[in-house]
Amino acid sequence: MADDQKGAEAAIKLVGLRRVYGERAALEDVSLETAVGDSLVVLGPNGAGKTTLLRILATLLRPTGGEVRVLGCKLPDEAWKLRGRIGYLGHEPLLYRDLSGRENLRFHAKLHGITGARAEARIEELLDAVKLSHRGDERTFEFSAGMRQRLAICRCVLHEPELLLLDEPDSNLDIEGREIAHTLIGPGLGHTRVVVTHDPERHLPEADQVLRLDVNEPAAAR
Amino acid sequence: MTPSRTAFAAILGKDLRAELRTLQSLPAMALFAVTSFVIFRFGLNRTSLSGSLAAGVLWATLLFAAVLGINRLFVAEREEGGFDAIRLAPIDRSVLFTAKVAALIIYLAALEVIAVPIFAVFFLNSAAALPPLIVVLLLADIGLASAGTLISSMAVNSRARDLLVPLVLLPLVVPLMIAATAATEPLMLLGGVSYHRFGTWLMVLGLYDLIFALLGYAVFDFLLED
Repeated sequence: MADDQKGAEAAIKLVGLRRVYGERAALEDVSLETAVGDSLVVLGPNGAGKTTLLRILATLLRPTGGEVRVLGCKLPDEAWKLRGRIGYLGHEPLLYRDLSGRENLRFHAKLHGITGARAEARIEELLDAVKLSHRGDERTFEFSAGMRQRLAICRCVLHEPELLLLDEPDSNLDIEGREIAHTLIGPGLGHTRVVVTHDPERHLPEADQVLRLDVNEPAAAR
Repeated sequence: MTPSRTAFAAILGKDLRAELRTLQSLPAMALFAVTSFVIFRFGLNRTSLSGSLAAGVLWATLLFAAVLGINRLFVAEREEGGFDAIRLAPIDRSVLFTAKVAALIIYLAALEVIAVPIFAVFFLNSAAALPPLIVVLLLADIGLASAGTLISSMAVNSRARDLLVPLVLLPLVVPLMIAATAATEPLMLLGGVSYHRFGTWLMVLGLYDLIFALLGYAVFDFLLED
């Protein structure tokens, strides 16, 4: 009972998480507990399993073994309860190239049950925040990589998620873009955050907890 | 959970808007069908067809034209991350299946609006077969769209999807094509429209539709899992 309560309090609880692809272990014995509202920064070289970890937390991959609880939901069994409470910013922006910025955000808003005037207001608020209002009706294949990343950040926070899963959120962003991103997905905004990064100098100062993953070595959390 | 009707409208609207903007599927399907009719017309050296030959030419052409659209049905989801977006949303994932089936039925109907009148001009002596043919087309489209969506969703992650879709789909739709041609044949007889066993074949088509619609709805959630 006490264990259950502790699990429910933590935003993320991993116990002996394991994920294999074929015979290769991408994650081996990862354990940690992250409190609600905290920022967890995940570091490690290429191939250490950082993106795999993020996709498991996002319910996009099933763990092979171990216990995974996110926002009180046990994965993968209760993944359906979790969807819509997560904002996921991965390597792909999850934007359709042949739709405009506004159309993409409207599409995602509808998928999350946000419609009508509420959706329009939220979309305009976000486009203003990332300084894309004037380009919002252009198809996204005409956008630069940095503009697509800004729009992807809008998509990520559109439905006001409790947990942000951010895979190298600064990629393709210039200095102004990083500052803008900070106002939407930075720490101290009430979200629990998991940030995968190759830029520890930038993200370590905002970390409440750090997880170091390494190829062929057990994960170390502090 | 987002209401399924909202999610269905969002996915279908997105697909139709993207197709209208890019014209990636429909023009290729229509061009294939018209070219095939021209080839049949000169290859068979006939100015009119009737009975089973007419039905065979019509359905073989529509089937292979449909495969072009089925191949591309999930390409945007695969290449632009739509699968992940839908898996992250609080929706019943089967909505993606129903929306894609609806999109494919609309593509097939648009194809038929272009192709069937051209077929009639090339090969039929009268247009009397066309009104009852609409029912056959509708039922066959539902079956083709259900089976096609299911196979397309499985093949899209393969690099050989252009090969995989016809290889898996064509044997699966053999019963559908037999029923569709058998229902069409009496409509295109030389002596005029006949309804001999028309109802029976319509029921076979309906049964095929029901089986593949239910199968797709039931297993689609599992197909989206990693």
